[in-house]
Amino acid sequence: MENAIRLTALSKKFGTVEACRSVSLSIRSGSIHAVVGENGAGKSTLARLIYGMHRPDGGTMEINGTPVSFASPAEAIAAGIGMVHQHFMLVPTLTVAENVTLGLEKKRLFFPLDPEGSAESIRQLSLKYGLAVDPLAPVSTLSVGEEQRVEILKVLYRNARILILDEPTAVLTPQETSRLFAMLRSLAGEGKTILIITHKLDEVLALADTVTVMSRGSVTGTLSCKETSKEELARMMVGRSVLLRIENPPSTPGETVLSVENLGFRTAAGLVKLEKVSFCIRSGEIFGLAGVEGNGQSELLSLLWGIHDRSGQLSGKMLFEGADITGRSPGEIARLGVSLVPEDRLKHAVVPGFSVAGNMIFGRHREKRFHQGFGFDRREVAEYSRNLGGTYDVRCTDHENTPLGALSGGNQQKVVVARELDRPGLKLLILSQPTRGVDIGAIEQIHRSIIGARDQGAAILLVSSELDELIALSTRIGALYQGSIRRIFSPEEVREGRKRGRPFEEELGLSIT
Amino acid sequence: MTARIFRLFIPLLAVAAAALCSMAIIALSGRDPLMICEKLFRAAFASDYGAGQVLFKTTTLIFTGLAVALPFRARLFNVGGEGQLQLAALAAAITGALLPESLPPVVAVLFSAFAAMAAGGLWGASAGLLKVRFGVNEVISTIMLNFIAQAATGYLMSWRFAEPSTGHTAETGGAFMLPQIDDLFGLFAGSPANISLLIALGTALCAALYLFRSRAGYELQAVGLQPEAAKYAGIQSGRHVTAVMGLAGAIAGLGALNLVSGYKHYYEAGLTGGFGFSGIAVALLAGANPLWIVPAALFFGLLEYGGLAVGAYVPKDIFMIIQALTILIVIVLNARKP
Repeated sequence: MENAIRLTALSKKFGTVEACRSVSLSIRSGSIHAVVGENGAGKSTLARLIYGMHRPDGGTMEINGTPVSFASPAEAIAAGIGMVHQHFMLVPTLTVAENVTLGLEKKRLFFPLDPEGSAESIRQLSLKYGLAVDPLAPVSTLSVGEEQRVEILKVLYRNARILILDEPTAVLTPQETSRLFAMLRSLAGEGKTILIITHKLDEVLALADTVTVMSRGSVTGTLSCKETSKEELARMMVGRSVLLRIENPPSTPGETVLSVENLGFRTAAGLVKLEKVSFCIRSGEIFGLAGVEGNGQSELLSLLWGIHDRSGQLSGKMLFEGADITGRSPGEIARLGVSLVPEDRLKHAVVPGFSVAGNMIFGRHREKRFHQGFGFDRREVAEYSRNLGGTYDVRCTDHENTPLGALSGGNQQKVVVARELDRPGLKLLILSQPTRGVDIGAIEQIHRSIIGARDQGAAILLVSSELDELIALSTRIGALYQGSIRRIFSPEEVREGRKRGRPFEEELGLSIT
Repeated sequence: MTARIFRLFIPLLAVAAAALCSMAIIALSGRDPLMICEKLFRAAFASDYGAGQVLFKTTTLIFTGLAVALPFRARLFNVGGEGQLQLAALAAAITGALLPESLPPVVAVLFSAFAAMAAGGLWGASAGLLKVRFGVNEVISTIMLNFIAQAATGYLMSWRFAEPSTGHTAETGGAFMLPQIDDLFGLFAGSPANISLLIALGTALCAALYLFRSRAGYELQAVGLQPEAAKYAGIQSGRHVTAVMGLAGAIAGLGALNLVSGYKHYYEAGLTGGFGFSGIAVALLAGANPLWIVPAALFFGLLEYGGLAVGAYVPKDIFMIIQALTILIVIVLNARKP
């Protein structure tokens, strides 16, 4: 079979960072090809180079045997390449059909559109590929999985023969994931070429024909999926053998730290986001909260951290060591010994323009030990940052002068986790997607620190969309669905489930969908 | 790295590019640009008087520039420097005139300075409060507050404080003047340059310390750079917004010290002459860095005075064109992707 994409010695530099170093790669037409690698390994850059979002500094690219050089995604689209981004790019107020045809209306500006015609052609397209979605539904009413189907439809509608998918399963449930995979296989059967970028090795082995491993901007190797294993891929990614299963000795829970009683939240518009949520977390235990995004976890976390929308209506109680914390500000809650690692670290947990040291005390900068006069004891802050950075393996040499934004995603997350775990008198630790977008080496490190904090007696609330992460770490698991906790798995069930593996994951997946 | 170095040179590049454009405009107006340049620099630097005039204008511009730069760090655009300065100047002049002659000069000047800072500070803080309490965009509120300040000072002057014979407020006693630089160091004889210049330099230094070294500045910058993260970190951005707007107004108000206590000793219509607006240009040229405000203010001070000095050859309007061009070029260069 001929090659759909052939890259020869493709390179790209950002400033002094070599994001792609002489990458050579051939992708067979009609195959499913996965690219895996740690964070900052250059996979996303590679995808953007192919899609024309970046221009390479050197090397050549051939599409179906013809040398090309794209100045913009528009040229890549014209050459039959489509990309589904990690973050969907849809207009929520428009319908599915309008989103799909956006930019290709085939009508002059100010002339009426032909909604029935385009809806019909989209219906046929979705039937052909098994992408069930109503063309006339507004995008705002769709689930995440459906939104992704719209993105794929957009690409197919533009006659793409090569599809690039960036972390497509990050927001999907296991059921939605298997559905996506079935669809991708049928697309490949039709002769489309699929390039999938991911972190998840299980998925690579389940889906792809060929896998390319990248590390520090270079290709470490390209293998046939039939002839490799998860352990081999992991070793190639990080250059050392990692434990994919974390040591999780049984925990000994103590006093109740947080107890949430009949918590409900209704937005000003009347949408019920949380209803009768009750659970408690004891010191020395990890309470995992499973759920697909948009089922109330972000509302729950903002209530616990005191940053919820004040125009909404709140009912029920949140008790921290017996005292009601409803209506308190984030500063007051933090002072009680509560730490939060929010899901979107770039937006909510760090200031990328501040130095690494400046971020290491961000949110904890009111602690007296860092103060001197009106300002900070800069030597103390720098030393603290260096020490903590050393403990958590933050790769950075000059904490005072390196802006945090210059670190890789994994290292940024280590800074946040280090800072929040090291809070003096930590009693409750709230973690939301603590390892999202983080490489395997850093995941292992972060998981070990979470277990460590638990053994020190902290109560931990762990919200994650990665079921294997929840199963590996949690003492108990609550299944959140449409704003309510549908079921809480007991410590025994979770311990048993950890041994059962895949079937338990499916069971958990069913209780959140 | 190269991008960072390039950014450092942006102000210089902008000044050079704007100068070239203006040369062309001067040439088009039928004058020899080199001759005009020579006249301008001669007027500004060859005499003590000229240099003193430049420094006098620089002083006010440092204050009004800082009044824009500090809120800029919290992503607030204070266009209200003019109104804040106007009210402050009137307050300083009235306070000076009302104080008994028997007061020691230092105390009298302190009173005036306090009145000026209070008036400007209140005006700035109200824009901050409007934003925090009601979500009014500070650009709109400061423009409106400028109109109110303009009208209110006009009204107060015509109906209450202006003396019919002179058209300005009663003069403060001679003892209440700030010492001239000439008196202290024997420099810039005959010019209005006074020790407000030193106060301005001190204020710029304090502003830099506040911004880059204090905890308040750390929080303020977090609010400006990443407002959502600041909220998560328990920083009360509303307080910072009100405080920095108040502080900006107070600093703009200190500019009145230079104009009233240091120079005129009374308030008259047009005294503030657009210094508040030029402060915006100064802050943008300086990239909102309190220390860079000083050279940027000097550059605009030179243009303001030099423009007057060569008024016999080319209209002063040309120098307004240079000022505006400089700022546009700064913004364009900053927006350029490295």
